[in-house]
Amino acid sequence: MAKFETPEIKEETVDIPALQAGVMSHSKPYVSQEKFQAPLGFPGELVDNWKDVAINKLGELLQTNRALQVFMDSCVKCGACTDKCHYFLGTSDPRNMPVARQDLLRGVYRRYFTLPGKYFPKLVGATDLTEEVLDDWYSYFHQCSECRRCSVYCPYGIDTAEITMATREIMNAVGVGQKYSNEIIGKVFKIGNNLGLPQPALADTLLGLEEDVKEDTGVDVRYPLDEKGAEVLLVTPSADFFAEPHVDGLIGYGKVFHAAGISWTLSSHASEAANFGLFIGSAENMKQIALRIREAALDLGVKRIIFGECGHAWRVAYSFLNTLAGPFDFLDPRYPVPQHICEFTYDLIQRRALTLDKSANDHRRVTFHDSCNVARASRMGDMPGGQFVIPREIIKAVCNHYYDMAPDTIGEATFCCGGGGGLLTDDLMELRVKGALPRMSALKSVVEEHGVTHMAAICAICKSQFAKVLPYYGFEMDQIVSVHQLVSDAIVLDAKQ
Amino acid sequence: MFVTVLFALLFYVATAILLVGLGVRIAGYARAPAPLKIPTTPAPTTRGGVVLRMGTEVFLFNSLFKANKWIWLFGIVFHVALALVLLRHLRYFLDPVPTWVVMIQPFGLYAAFAMVLGLAGLWVRRIFVERIRYISSPSDHLMLALLLGIALTGLSMTYLWHTDITAVKLFFTGLMRFEFNPLPLQPMLLLHLLLVAGLMIVFPFSKLLHAPGVFFSPTRNQVDNPREKRHVTKVKWMIASERPATSGDK
Repeated sequence: MAKFETPEIKEETVDIPALQAGVMSHSKPYVSQEKFQAPLGFPGELVDNWKDVAINKLGELLQTNRALQVFMDSCVKCGACTDKCHYFLGTSDPRNMPVARQDLLRGVYRRYFTLPGKYFPKLVGATDLTEEVLDDWYSYFHQCSECRRCSVYCPYGIDTAEITMATREIMNAVGVGQKYSNEIIGKVFKIGNNLGLPQPALADTLLGLEEDVKEDTGVDVRYPLDEKGAEVLLVTPSADFFAEPHVDGLIGYGKVFHAAGISWTLSSHASEAANFGLFIGSAENMKQIALRIREAALDLGVKRIIFGECGHAWRVAYSFLNTLAGPFDFLDPRYPVPQHICEFTYDLIQRRALTLDKSANDHRRVTFHDSCNVARASRMGDMPGGQFVIPREIIKAVCNHYYDMAPDTIGEATFCCGGGGGLLTDDLMELRVKGALPRMSALKSVVEEHGVTHMAAICAICKSQFAKVLPYYGFEMDQIVSVHQLVSDAIVLDAKQ
Repeated sequence: MFVTVLFALLFYVATAILLVGLGVRIAGYARAPAPLKIPTTPAPTTRGGVVLRMGTEVFLFNSLFKANKWIWLFGIVFHVALALVLLRHLRYFLDPVPTWVVMIQPFGLYAAFAMVLGLAGLWVRRIFVERIRYISSPSDHLMLALLLGIALTGLSMTYLWHTDITAVKLFFTGLMRFEFNPLPLQPMLLLHLLLVAGLMIVFPFSKLLHAPGVFFSPTRNQVDNPREKRHVTKVKWMIASERPATSGDK
């Protein structure tokens, strides 16, 4: 991997950089191979008539996705989005300005699908589809984490994520896929989760967790797998099964279920909340991945489905699951399908059903990183914006010291961690480090102002990304924690005995 | 008479292109399914809430306000002024002139200056802000030139070279009854009308499609209720349920 310099944190807000054209054009993830492409239904290498295939695919997507059609036509190049992308702020490459990224596809759209583009291409910025364009697509549509921050500020709601997904779908259709995402989707189909943990390994891990928790607390907290007849099916990102700080969150979920006295189970068939079908814009694959959850729920005979801490998984779960794998009329109608573990825990806290000792977290001064997909593509609870309130209320219920980061870096304006959207791979390390700059700057200012020691998150990608990039900015990797890790440390089990 | 016929035909053609072109685009937007729920959240959870959200976008440019105060300022000054100017122009097409059109007349006259100011502000930013210059195509500059040209030729007729406005009105009201009444041969008027016809013709093929587009934008017009109400559309992948290549392989 090429050497690069970690950006310097200056002030609490990141300055808009002067443009440096092409400085990130070398950034490309590893290209997928035949063996990772085939299980997803994509060609293994660049097909001969790739231009025709690409144009046809674009035409098909325009017909089947209103958003794409409207977004291709509506941009007026006002510039509102130009300073909103964390990758632009961190890299200075103008093609990381959302509109410029969109224009890589829009130019081709105009050339092949609009009259002015056919007859006056130069005038309207229309471009022929060439190998160079395909190369630019591969580079810059893998520098978008599909975080939707730009869509908050666009006067027409143009969401670059939709355009990135469409372009990745086109690239997969011509045989140029991204290894990281496609290999992982294959593992989900074959084994059941992103990490490729088979059932016996999973069972072993969970048994180990039970022993650890018993040792720690003296209480028999269960971490059940494939238990038919359980009330709740918990679907959680597979990182929760062993990686730090994820696993501390899983331990927390188990303790909350234990304290609530509600039976629950994980499923080896649906042992993964993540759905990378979203990242590559493939509705077909997203649907197949989502159906595993329906199958597991039916097979295990559960009454509720709850999702663990995972950002894009919660988007797919909250916004799409009902569409992709519904209707869920076989579940208990008294609960939303699905629920977020934070909704579940928050409800218990509200009903004073949990005994919490806040002082257990007194060694921590905590801030909260709103994960992009939770913030801008989903909801929690009954009211709009509940996704901001509920996790913070949980943290405040289990910690005495909580401080928000600057208002223009949280809530709907939150900055992506820098590793979302299928970019959490070592071959994109430079991009990930630079893209984290806005979040790191906001973190540094609460560290200096309030002595914040830990940043909590509810997303497996955020947690993995921060664990990796925090050290680049002079922080410790364990300063990122799971929200349910904080709950886990504060919860007093079997207190009434 | 030659000029009159030429402009008469020009406006028939321009109107037809505008209406048919827009109709085709809008039908395309309406026909394409929005297969997934993608409102940018936090989003309203009711239809009424969505109407309110759309209202704040269309009338107040709410998202743009959050994004950039200068673009918002120039943008809203231009659009409000344009709206007033357009409404004021109804007096040249309607007989008798409705009272409310008479009442906005003075505002409409000042609005022309505001329109020029807004357009100039946007153009200055397009030229001098590096990021916006980078994303601009020649057509983006031409669009501003076209609108500015329309505003300036219009203003020149109000304040410098008056035209026979009664004859202009007779020309346009005549067109609506397929009668050709003579158009005054005043250069500023002819230039003004030529530019307006040009705007009407490019409208359905240009970024001016943002006007109908905003209403069809799923990130803004969808209700945030995916858990409560199953969102279903007739797209191929929704109906087909087989895994692409490895079905049965477990």
